[in-house]
Parts: sequence; structure tokens; C-alpha cells
Amino acid sequence: MTARLAVEGATVTYRQPGRGVLTAVDGVDLEVRAGEVVGLVGESGCGKSTLARAVCGLEPLTGGRILLDGEPVKRLGFRPREVRQRRIQMVFQNPYASLNPRRRVGAQIEDGRRVAEGGAPSVAELLDAVGLDAVAAGRYPHEFSGGQRQRVAIARAMATGPDLLIGDEPIASLDASLQARVADLMRRVALDRGASLLFISHDLAVVRVIADRIAVMQAGRIVEQGPAEQVWADPQHPYTRRLLAAIPIADGLGRLPAV
Amino acid sequence: MTGLEIRGLVLELGGRRILDGVDVTVPAGQVTGLAGESGSGKTMTGLTVMGLQPAGGRVTGTVAYDDGEVQVPDLLALRPGALNRMRGRRIAMVFQDPTASLQPMLSIGTQLTDHLRHHLGLSRGAARTRAAELLERVRVPDPEAALRRYPHQFSGGQLQRIAIAVAIACEPKVLIADEPTTALDVTVQAGVLRLLRELTDDLGLAVLLVTHDLGVMSAVADTVAVMRHGAVVEHGPRYQVIREPRTDYAKELVESLPHTPPPGVGEDRS
Repeated sequence: MTARLAVEGATVTYRQPGRGVLTAVDGVDLEVRAGEVVGLVGESGCGKSTLARAVCGLEPLTGGRILLDGEPVKRLGFRPREVRQRRIQMVFQNPYASLNPRRRVGAQIEDGRRVAEGGAPSVAELLDAVGLDAVAAGRYPHEFSGGQRQRVAIARAMATGPDLLIGDEPIASLDASLQARVADLMRRVALDRGASLLFISHDLAVVRVIADRIAVMQAGRIVEQGPAEQVWADPQHPYTRRLLAAIPIADGLGRLPAV
Repeated sequence: MTGLEIRGLVLELGGRRILDGVDVTVPAGQVTGLAGESGSGKTMTGLTVMGLQPAGGRVTGTVAYDDGEVQVPDLLALRPGALNRMRGRRIAMVFQDPTASLQPMLSIGTQLTDHLRHHLGLSRGAARTRAAELLERVRVPDPEAALRRYPHQFSGGQLQRIAIAVAIACEPKVLIADEPTTALDVTVQAGVLRLLRELTDDLGLAVLLVTHDLGVMSAVADTVAVMRHGAVVEHGPRYQVIREPRTDYAKELVESLPHTPPPGVGEDRS
């Protein structure tokens, strides 16, 4: 199978005044195949969001390259990007900031549909796919809860008919009971429409449930990569082991997680 | 019994009943967990006990406080002045987001000594010494230097430790922790949970831990109360509520968790 998204030796650096250069992403190789869900996990500050932004063309690369179906992803500027490159869509962490508070939800999803080259599902269908009622289209973002807003954001991203959906911590601001549900929904919606999904999260427990493959990132590098079950059951890298040991398990035994 | 006793707590806001008769007992030396989905009223319970309910809210019920030294039959009936002498001194709160609960323009030293001087009447120097001790207690590296720094110079985990230090500064007997680890990474969360447990055991704190994470609950709580629609539907020992829930709702809540075998153990996805 060919790679839909290929990240080859991608490096992103930031210049910090007076403190030299910070390498946020350090020679990362990552592949997302067609119809595959890849989970990228790591702690805050490990560079996973920077990598996501680079994949969207929001962050210039210092080295390496990022290919979507063999074509390099261009940096997003003020000019509208090429139609072919609109097939990457992103769902951001904070649905309170990523939706326009002054426009109706339906109109915002409609924006996405306009980008799609024909054959886009209707707004009602899109809302239905994310488990919202069709009347939701006439409401404003503030009328929804956090989980519902994130569903709207997913519907908007899917309206363009993307080939690659990126979720940058899409569940971090939601309730535990909702997290697994929204993550599962993202997987289902993406795969139903034939898109691949790059799911970024710090929560290994949720990623494990929805991802086919897991990549673990630490300090800008990917330290371990493999099938989800294998990474979970048989972690090779000490950092992965440490991450797994710190997850509190709801077993009722009162065991404090290892530090 | 010492601790906090919440009985029939009702909060009405704009004609809606946000809390509908909450009964929870928070004994000293124990962590009492308050679980439930968003909108179940668990955060509002914590806020109402502190008198921080949204403006215009009508509160009824009683919250009895007893630490062996001071007994207050009903916190809700206190006048503002009397309530202010309790808050921060005998009952303290830790919020979810330390970057929002700490003042960005004031140094850590100022934020850690302000209430010490106000409540305990300490001198500037004595408060400073006590503040350094507190930072040491919550294991913030180099306490003396940390006192001169500002919130943006710390990581999220360190800030939450500082927020906990601020809360326990006046040696309160009751600590209300509202999702104290939700904003943190798992490895940092593990450290904060250990700290919370340690403080409960060493200082005999009565902790009311509000969290939606049953994993966190299972790690530190002694008893767990499950809330739904503004009322407690089940309250019992940790093991019983998580492993053998009696009510349908608690069962549902436990089952809605992704089925997680312990990491590092080979088990198929189910």
C-alpha cells in the first residue's frame, strides 16, 4: 500500500531571542497510509502539535519534506491554497476558539462544502454523521456544549471531503465519558468517507482504542512506532514504558500510578 | 465526626435546579471523590460549598463544618465576613487550570504570603519563611528562587503544585480539588496525585476531589460519590463503586470507559 502522507526527516526549528535555536521537531519520519488511523502520542512540549501544523503547511520546515500523495505540502500563506492541497483538514484542540462565534453552525459547515469539488454530502447529512440533529445548523456555537462543538468542528472538516484528517488533541478539552466517544466518532466518520486520520493526543489509553498504529514522540523525535496493540502490550522504549506506567487504571484498588 | 457534611444542598439558577439535594460526607483524613459527567453538578457542588456559586443562584440545604477546634453548623448561613474568615483559612480550593487560578502579574512569593499575613497575622519575614517551607513540601525545586519568579516561568505541573501550596498554606482542614490534574500530562498527574494522597495522610485533610476521570478516582479516593442531574446516585467505598456498582447509572459510567487492560500485559482489544 502506498503512503497517503509521508513525512520524511521533517525538522522544525524556532529561533529564540537570546537563547539560541529550539528544535521542536527533529528529523521525524512518519507514514499514514490510505484508510489508516495513526495515533501520535507524547507529553506536552514534545513537538507533536508542531508536527501537525507542519503537515498542514502552517509551520515552515527547516529540513526534510512532507508529501501528500507524493506531492510536497506547500506552506500556507495569505493566498488561497491549491485545490489539491485542501484535502488536508484539521480539527483543533479547542472548539471554543476554532468556531466563529458570530456565525451559524450551518453556514460554517457550508463553507467547507463549497471547497469540495462536487458530491459533498448535505449539511444535514454531515450533522447526522456526527450525531447532531439537522436543526443544529440554525444555531450558534455558544448554544452547544464542548462535546457538541467538537462534533461540529469534525463535520466542518469532513465537509470538504478530505483525504487526510488531522486531529490535534481534539478530545483534550472534553469529559472522560465523551472523550472515547468523540475519538471513536472521528475514526468512524473519517474511514466512512475514505479519509486517513492522524490523531494526536497525550492520552495513550484513548489512542490505543482507535488507532491502527501508534507513534510515540519524545523531545521532537519519534522513539517508538508500531501496531497499537503491540505498543500497548509490549512497549520497547523506556519512555513508552514510563508513559504507560503513569496511566491510572480504574480498577478500584487504590494503586497510585508510578511517577 | 470531623470534616465536612453536606446535606440536601440545592442550587437554583434562573428557575432551573442545578443541584437537587446533594448529600455527601467528607471525613478528615480521607479523599472523597465526586464523579459524574459534565453538567451533573459536581463542580457546582464544590463551588457552592465555598460560596462561589454563580450570581443570582439560590442556595438551600446545610454544609456543616467541624475540625475539632471550630464548629460551624452551616457554612451557607454565615455572613460574608465570617465566611471570608473560613475560606482560605480553614477551607481551601484548588482549581483545574493553574495558569488561570494564579495571578500572572504577581510573583509566587506574593501570592503565597498574602493570605498567610492576612489570616494568620504573620510578619513579612515569617510569611516568607513559611512560603519557602511550603514550596519545599510540594517539592518545587529551589524554593527561595521560586518565590521571586512569576507564574509564566513555571511548567503546568509545577504551577499546580504551587496552587496546592497556596491552598494548604494556612493549614486548612478541608481541601476542595476541582479536576486538579485534568490539565496535566499523565506522568505529571501521577506526581500530583501522590502529593494529594500524601497531604491527606500526613495533615489529616478532608479532601473533596471532583474529577471525571475514574482512573484518578481509583488511584486516590477512599470513597466515591457518583452524581447525576444534580444529585448523588451512589456513594460508597472506592472498590465497591468501581468494581461492583449498585445503580444502573454508575454501572453505565464505569462501562463507558474504554476497556483498558493494564499496559504491558498482552490482551486482545475487546
